[in-house]
Amino acid sequence: MLERITAKVLAGERLDRKDGHWLLTEAPLLEAGALANEVRFRRLPERRVTFVIDSNPNYTNVCITDCQFCAFYRKPGHPEAWTLTVDEVLAKIEFAAAKGATTVLLQGGHNPELPLDYYLTIVRETRRRFPQVTPHFFTASEIRTIAGVSGLDMTDVLDQLWEAGQRTLPGGGAEVLSERVRRRIEPKKGGPDAWLDVHREAHRRGFKSTATMMYGHVETPDDVLDHLDAIRLLHDEFAGFTAFVPWSFKPGNTLLEKWIKHYQGPNAYLRMLAVSRLYLDNFPHVQASWFSEGKRAGQIALHFGADDWGGTLFEENVHRAADYVNTVGVDEIVTLIREAGFAPAQRNTEYEILRSY
Amino acid sequence: MRFADARLDSVWQKVEAGERLDRADALTLFETDDLLGLGRMADHVKRGREGDRVYFVINRHITPTNLCVLSCSFCGFARKPGQAGAYEHTIEDMVAMVKDETREVHIVGGHHPDWPFEYYERMIEAIHQAYPEVQIKAFTAAEIDYFWRRWKIEPKDALARLQAVGLRSMPGGGAEIFSPRLARLLKYTGKADPERWCEIHGIAHGLGLKTNATMLYGHVETLAERVDHLLRLRAQQDASGGFVTFVPLAYQEATTKLVPRQTPPADSLRTIAASRLVLDNFAHVEAYWVTLGEETASVALHFGADDVNGTLEDERIQHLSGATSPAGVAREQLFRMIRDAGKIPVERDALYNVIKVWN
Repeated sequence: MLERITAKVLAGERLDRKDGHWLLTEAPLLEAGALANEVRFRRLPERRVTFVIDSNPNYTNVCITDCQFCAFYRKPGHPEAWTLTVDEVLAKIEFAAAKGATTVLLQGGHNPELPLDYYLTIVRETRRRFPQVTPHFFTASEIRTIAGVSGLDMTDVLDQLWEAGQRTLPGGGAEVLSERVRRRIEPKKGGPDAWLDVHREAHRRGFKSTATMMYGHVETPDDVLDHLDAIRLLHDEFAGFTAFVPWSFKPGNTLLEKWIKHYQGPNAYLRMLAVSRLYLDNFPHVQASWFSEGKRAGQIALHFGADDWGGTLFEENVHRAADYVNTVGVDEIVTLIREAGFAPAQRNTEYEILRSY
Repeated sequence: MRFADARLDSVWQKVEAGERLDRADALTLFETDDLLGLGRMADHVKRGREGDRVYFVINRHITPTNLCVLSCSFCGFARKPGQAGAYEHTIEDMVAMVKDETREVHIVGGHHPDWPFEYYERMIEAIHQAYPEVQIKAFTAAEIDYFWRRWKIEPKDALARLQAVGLRSMPGGGAEIFSPRLARLLKYTGKADPERWCEIHGIAHGLGLKTNATMLYGHVETLAERVDHLLRLRAQQDASGGFVTFVPLAYQEATTKLVPRQTPPADSLRTIAASRLVLDNFAHVEAYWVTLGEETASVALHFGADDVNGTLEDERIQHLSGATSPAGVAREQLFRMIRDAGKIPVERDALYNVIKVWN
């Protein structure tokens, strides 16, 4: 099987589900990793690893969707529920901009009280006041929430965000794009199409976005392959994805913690990265998430097909709510990438190089 | 096997044929950028020897004292008499540290200025009498050498006397890096030198004691010095044959700051893999999770390591314990490390007798 897959990869042929299944379940880890690494260097011959200076604030933790894997949200009316005003959100963006951020990934709960204008004002004002910052705002399910609250179509919301100056979307909220998994862990969020359709319509309009995956809960290898197939197919349509970003589910303080006590460790992560680099033959980049898997696993991941280190994440609250915290500064990112044997380069949201170190 | 670095092709031919690697091969392993190529070769060797088995032991480290007459630059542990934090355990204290489930007691300490050899003898005897089933692994070659320097007790006599009261094996510490340059630079010239360290392990092997070997890496040593170290160990093993496990020790920069940061995980994976390939006469290579961190140790099980050492820190275990037994909780933690790598945990004793395969 390794010979068959190696031959296909070297010939530039697309891997099928059987290949993917073997890579996910049986392939010796380092064989998958070495092949992924070879593909990575074929695509990007330089030993360059990119990172972005960014922040990941939230505008509300109010949410009506009750996902079982989430430790961050509070129901409307809960004593710990909060929602920021437009000015408060802009203050967070100002804080990030002052620290050199070029990307702000803003996301929040599904808050039924917030009007369309709230979101549009944040985009417009960010563009106006902080032109150096790319507003990387609102995941697919938030866009659906905005549409629902305002009585609009999801595509209208995308058009209005575009109009306000937004050009990229974060890829969160995909979890695992499988009917079975989503029904089990996030029954109120809809099936895979709820996420895929928003990204399709966004790509059709010229938005770029990332694709994410949160694994390590109730999914099987087939569910993972459903996910990879779906995003590979969608990328064939408009080439709208910039990168694939997988991370492991952190059970702390979530409903799923009752059944799942620990997050999957570094070997599962390295395998996921390697398989995605091999399977997602049309994706420009695969990101090593130091933040979600730890700096050591992140450094090792750069040898398993990943070519991006993610961001500084000056602020992050979702993993934090699950008692999982990592912090890093720009200097340390540069050191970590160098130590791993690569040349660090700062990029923007769309993966254009801003500065090489 | 296909390699990103063509220099690995000739090494692989030797590995596949079961031929011994030479100095140039070993240096190539440490220098190559092809980390996964190196790892795949080491994994091939490891799987040929042990399949998917990965060993661990329920053990307890006992450090009788941190008083030490030496001043090694890399050591953040030693204290001088009267210095804050200095301690000396009584024999009763140490016996009390052993638990019913402990399989191995690992005893290593400072070179105490005054404790007579008889104190060490009584220490081993007391633990052995209280827990006759527990295997005692105690005193590095540096400590055995110190008994001679301080009390003029020949290593052969010291080891025979300790063996008579219950010593079963010797840990591999005190080797540091076999390099006169570094011994001077890092102020460990007062310690058993490479010849003496090897001589003492040879004597132990002659008495039927199994021992381990270590290498302290990731500070200011060169890659060539690492290679020399491994080749010297391999030669000693050819001569006396009693080494069981090689344990590479990643330098902990915490207080002594020979280098600003701990060596990156890729360097540890490289060192483990290269050791597995060069030390063809060692049964086991260990991923010592306490110095590597759990993540790197777990990944290292794909880079030639077949052992993660043990449960070690009693304090930590107690902290984690709650209702289950401390050993049970510690086992669970090691299981995660081993099973995340897709391997089979095998509980062993100090001498690698299999206690249980945890399928």
